Amino acid sequence: MLSIKCLPVSAQRLAKVASSSGLASSAGRRNFSSTHIRQADITLTVDGKEVTVPQGSALIQACEAAGATIPRFCYHDRLAIAGNCRMCLVEVEKSPKPVASCAMPAMPGSKVFTNTPLVHEAREGVMEFLLANHPLDCPICDQGGECDLQDQSMRYGSDRTRFHEITGKRAVEDKDLGPLVKTVMTRCIQCTRCVRFANEVAGVEELGTTGRGNDLQIGMYVEKTMDSELSGNVIDLCPVGALTSKPYAFHARPWELKNTESVDVMDAVGSNIRVDSRGIQVMRIQPRTNDDVNEEWINDKTRFAYDGLKFQRLTTPLMKQGDRFVPASWEDSLKAIADGLSSSGAKGNEIKAVAGHLADTESLVALKDLVNRLGSDNLALDQVNGDKLPVHGVDVRSNYLFNSKIPGVEEADAILLIGTNPRHEAAVLNSRIRKSWLHTGLEVGLVGERADTTYGYDYIGPDMKSLANFVAGKGAFVDKFKAAKKPMIIVGSGVNEHPDGAAVFNSLSKYVEANKAKLLTPDWNGLNILQRVASRPAAYDIGFVPSKKASATKPKFIYLLNADELDPKSIPKDAFVVYQGHHGDLGAQLADVCLPAAAYTEKGTTWVNTEGRTQLGRAAVPPPGASREDWKIIRALSEIVGTPLPYDDVLSLRDRMWEISPSLVRYDVTERTSAEIASLGLKTAAVLSGSTKISGAPFVKAIANFYQTDPISRASVTMAQCTRAFTRGENYGLSESQKASEAAFA
Amino acid sequence: MLKAGSSRAVIAGPIRAGLRRSFATVQDPPVRRYGGLKDQDRIFTNAHSRHDFSLKGAKSRGDWHRTKDIILKGDSWIINTIKASGLRGRGGAGFPSGLKWSFMNKPGWEKDPRPRYLVVNADEGEPGTCKDREILRGDPHKLVEGCLVAGRSMNATAAYIYIRGEFYQEASHLQQAIDEAYKDGLIGKDACGSGYTFDVYLHRGAGAYICGEETALIESLEGKQGKPRLKPPFPADVGLFGCPTTVANVETVAVAPTICRRGAPWFAGFGRERNQGTKLFCISGHVNNPCVVEEEMSIPLKELIEKHCGGVRGGWDNLLGIIPGGSSVPVIPIKVCEEVLMDYDSLKDAQSGLGTGAVIVMDKSTDIVAAIARFAHFYKHESCGQCTPCREGTTWMMNMMDRFVEGRGHRREIDMLLELTKQVEGRTICALGDAAAWPIQGLMRHFRPEVEARIDAFRAREGPVLFGGRLGRDVEVGLAVPDNLGGSLGEVGVGAGEEVGKVVEP
Repeated sequence: MLSIKCLPVSAQRLAKVASSSGLASSAGRRNFSSTHIRQADITLTVDGKEVTVPQGSALIQACEAAGATIPRFCYHDRLAIAGNCRMCLVEVEKSPKPVASCAMPAMPGSKVFTNTPLVHEAREGVMEFLLANHPLDCPICDQGGECDLQDQSMRYGSDRTRFHEITGKRAVEDKDLGPLVKTVMTRCIQCTRCVRFANEVAGVEELGTTGRGNDLQIGMYVEKTMDSELSGNVIDLCPVGALTSKPYAFHARPWELKNTESVDVMDAVGSNIRVDSRGIQVMRIQPRTNDDVNEEWINDKTRFAYDGLKFQRLTTPLMKQGDRFVPASWEDSLKAIADGLSSSGAKGNEIKAVAGHLADTESLVALKDLVNRLGSDNLALDQVNGDKLPVHGVDVRSNYLFNSKIPGVEEADAILLIGTNPRHEAAVLNSRIRKSWLHTGLEVGLVGERADTTYGYDYIGPDMKSLANFVAGKGAFVDKFKAAKKPMIIVGSGVNEHPDGAAVFNSLSKYVEANKAKLLTPDWNGLNILQRVASRPAAYDIGFVPSKKASATKPKFIYLLNADELDPKSIPKDAFVVYQGHHGDLGAQLADVCLPAAAYTEKGTTWVNTEGRTQLGRAAVPPPGASREDWKIIRALSEIVGTPLPYDDVLSLRDRMWEISPSLVRYDVTERTSAEIASLGLKTAAVLSGSTKISGAPFVKAIANFYQTDPISRASVTMAQCTRAFTRGENYGLSESQKASEAAFA
Repeated sequence: MLKAGSSRAVIAGPIRAGLRRSFATVQDPPVRRYGGLKDQDRIFTNAHSRHDFSLKGAKSRGDWHRTKDIILKGDSWIINTIKASGLRGRGGAGFPSGLKWSFMNKPGWEKDPRPRYLVVNADEGEPGTCKDREILRGDPHKLVEGCLVAGRSMNATAAYIYIRGEFYQEASHLQQAIDEAYKDGLIGKDACGSGYTFDVYLHRGAGAYICGEETALIESLEGKQGKPRLKPPFPADVGLFGCPTTVANVETVAVAPTICRRGAPWFAGFGRERNQGTKLFCISGHVNNPCVVEEEMSIPLKELIEKHCGGVRGGWDNLLGIIPGGSSVPVIPIKVCEEVLMDYDSLKDAQSGLGTGAVIVMDKSTDIVAAIARFAHFYKHESCGQCTPCREGTTWMMNMMDRFVEGRGHRREIDMLLELTKQVEGRTICALGDAAAWPIQGLMRHFRPEVEARIDAFRAREGPVLFGGRLGRDVEVGLAVPDNLGGSLGEVGVGAGEEVGKVVEP
């Protein structure tokens, strides 16, 4: 009886079973880890073709490997196996019944047939059943054109229906999952992909099935919205039009859209995205698979903030006259800046540049070059303490990067979070922690403000004192962390802005030095700084930080590059202020001259994510109005102020970037800092931070409202609705009106 | 036992007498007749709750007699005894019990640190079946002792008895029996003084037929929705709470101690080869005396009904058909009923099944189409909704059966319905899809003329009917109704409809 052997697929399922029942002990959970153990290969025959797959693969994977396409609805590589759609039935020798290939482990030597009359008949039968209760509303369904059911019914379905029952089709009341996910539950085929995603990845355990048989419904067990920052992914997962995007509803058809592969800038994870545009408008944003970064998921801000690209844009250069802005030509406005620079009398370090959250690497390099050429070192970052040298220093890359890399989260067996809530600072990364927590015996500890992380953690304390206790070896979590083989420390970027930031880095660098054997080995660097701002790693990479002398200087000329988070009081009244950016947000209000620039979907630029991975974003649509790509504006300005920059096109600019750091032009790879250099970096960090006193102020969440963190998401209507619905928990106001209109045309 | 054997030998007598006069060398094997179980061979001596069900009464009937010795004989002895006895699972599928229990003791099982469970399926919900509840009510100690013996054979640490929520009295009796057994040291730590530790827990279900499926039962026991799991992994590898588990029916477990006490040959002496043993049959429906009775396997169906139930209401000739094994098996008509033996193989050959041994007798007053349509309703209601063919198929089949009750359909829709049953059968995660399909297949196999007659009668009365049951006269003439709805299709045998219609019309 070969079927009763213990198999990895079963183990995977068991892990699901065990975790959701909440009964498995942490030791028990560890047994069932199935992610990283590479097992022996097995060979089987699919349609007469021999194929070798790793042991523990599902039959469907073996069939795929053999080039046989298996239709499926419920099966998804990254989710637990449900085996309930029965579409993937194949014939296996010596099995009287067709076998669901997604739920069947591949067995060595078995003979599988995917193209026999039995298989065809079985698929056609399942397809008929699925379509029996599926409404024929493809013309008004947003999934049309990218619908698994539509596609597969073309391939495997019958050409006409036999379902004419007078009882009619099933109709199901729609659920209100919030302002992002639109539901048309009548279309649901009960594949439970969304349920499994919500339970396993997003940590929304309230989403599930209720009812039985044909009355089985998907929904929240209690009537509430689906409060997760990954909820948008269920739209992609849904094989039919039951879960679609609410903001995108009835806006476009997939075949009208131009797909541009790009990189997300809403956080510093650098999720790979596909920007779908029609004409000059971004219609939607979807994830792109990259196992090293975002797997297949993106967060809701990434996915839905694109409507902010339409509102409050700067489309023409503006000059302040009295209390108002008047439109101006590029020539006039650049001239006005040159005049302002000379009339303000700024010399040397009195010329200050501030780099904001959404500044791309090219423009940062150009601006730094320009400011340096003007004789200034006054380069600040748009954050608290941004005009001082960061406490961790920027000389060694490992001091400010996520050194274990994002997939490293799944290798770690103990994680200490310091002053960070990864759920909001890097939602996709957070889902990896949850995955690891569910399937392995990962232990998590937290220093900082308590947060709902979607996984359990040991709370160590709110402030530097509790961290000091931990470092001194006091407290419950210490033993777990000591016992770990691959421990990991994740320090939030907010710590850098905290009065005790220096003390944190001081004690941590000493702690890591002392525990080098585990935390800093040639192939594991356990100290990670989790950046939350897309431009920050690149800014550190190119040294966009002030010298000590410069930071003490009072500026007379300030150049704000996408800087919208600063404190208006930090700008001296008599200073001449230039704002370059794409949104009329805070920074533009402070400016004397506004220069309209391109947003991330409108320019092909370089982004460095929190791991130090350089990725190239691509322009999907042209910049609106008279706005221009950022680095070109700075290049033009350099001409006017009389210190022309030596690059005329983006390629020569990237040559300049290569001079600064070759890693800036080595795309899609991460470079590991060697243990020796990293250790050296820690020593400099310890020296830099010096002996600092502890204020004892608690660490606070760096992101108060996940949905509005930058000018784009602040301009977005969808994000405003999310803020109301999820952050403030109000009725966001769509629910009733939508019900009415749906009823009107249904 | 000897007595029973000698009474059988008598039957062969006359044949042997004839042999003496001829030179023929071929001897016909003696015809063995089954049935007529003697009282001393009954296992469930208190199935009708005439006596004391408590420990005292149970002990007086021989329960818990030298259970310690059975336990001390060890796991392989018990399993070999069960294997030799030919016991097959009494829950419906009829899987050899000894073999099933032996899956728990795979080589190297001792190294597995996980606890191991015996789960007893007392979620008796199959329509027509009422055998387990009699055991639970009258002979609960048989089950508790059975848990210990079966548990010992598979080296289980504990038994969970999942009892149907509606069985309140049964649960009380069983709980009392468990408490008594604990108090008497029969189970628990050092059970029966054998040094073996074994716990028994009672868990009441909340009323869902699907929770009687073994993996759904495990899920339900774990506190989740009762939805069948995918197999593999089989429960013997990954079962209750992720531990090795075997799920067995009440009757299977409850007969184990008696088999061990009286010996495998005794049990194997009943019934035909591969169908040995005794079995509780529950006969309901149109018989004069519906009852639950323990009988020898392979007893002829007719004899079972005539002997124990006082015959079919209105005489044997008034019989229409019998469902021999609970709602999940196909109906068999009177002709088959006369010949068939009540065992797994004979009923399988008759394209039906023994199932749980729940014999549902229907006489000629029965509207057989409505009866099967009622089953379709039941399966639609009890489908868990997890996998597509069952979720959609049971509803569709129910709708079609509802129409056929009044004849509102097309003759060729009968073939379509049969095709639908084939699309459900064998394509689902658990056996509920099969169970929903088989009664309809049985109906169409044996009573198709009846269904056709109804269709014809309906058409004669109401005019043409479109596919799906819409009446031709309801279709607006001005609308472009597609031709594939069967509105303009002629029907074979419509002329005969009027005659038959008068007969069938209820």
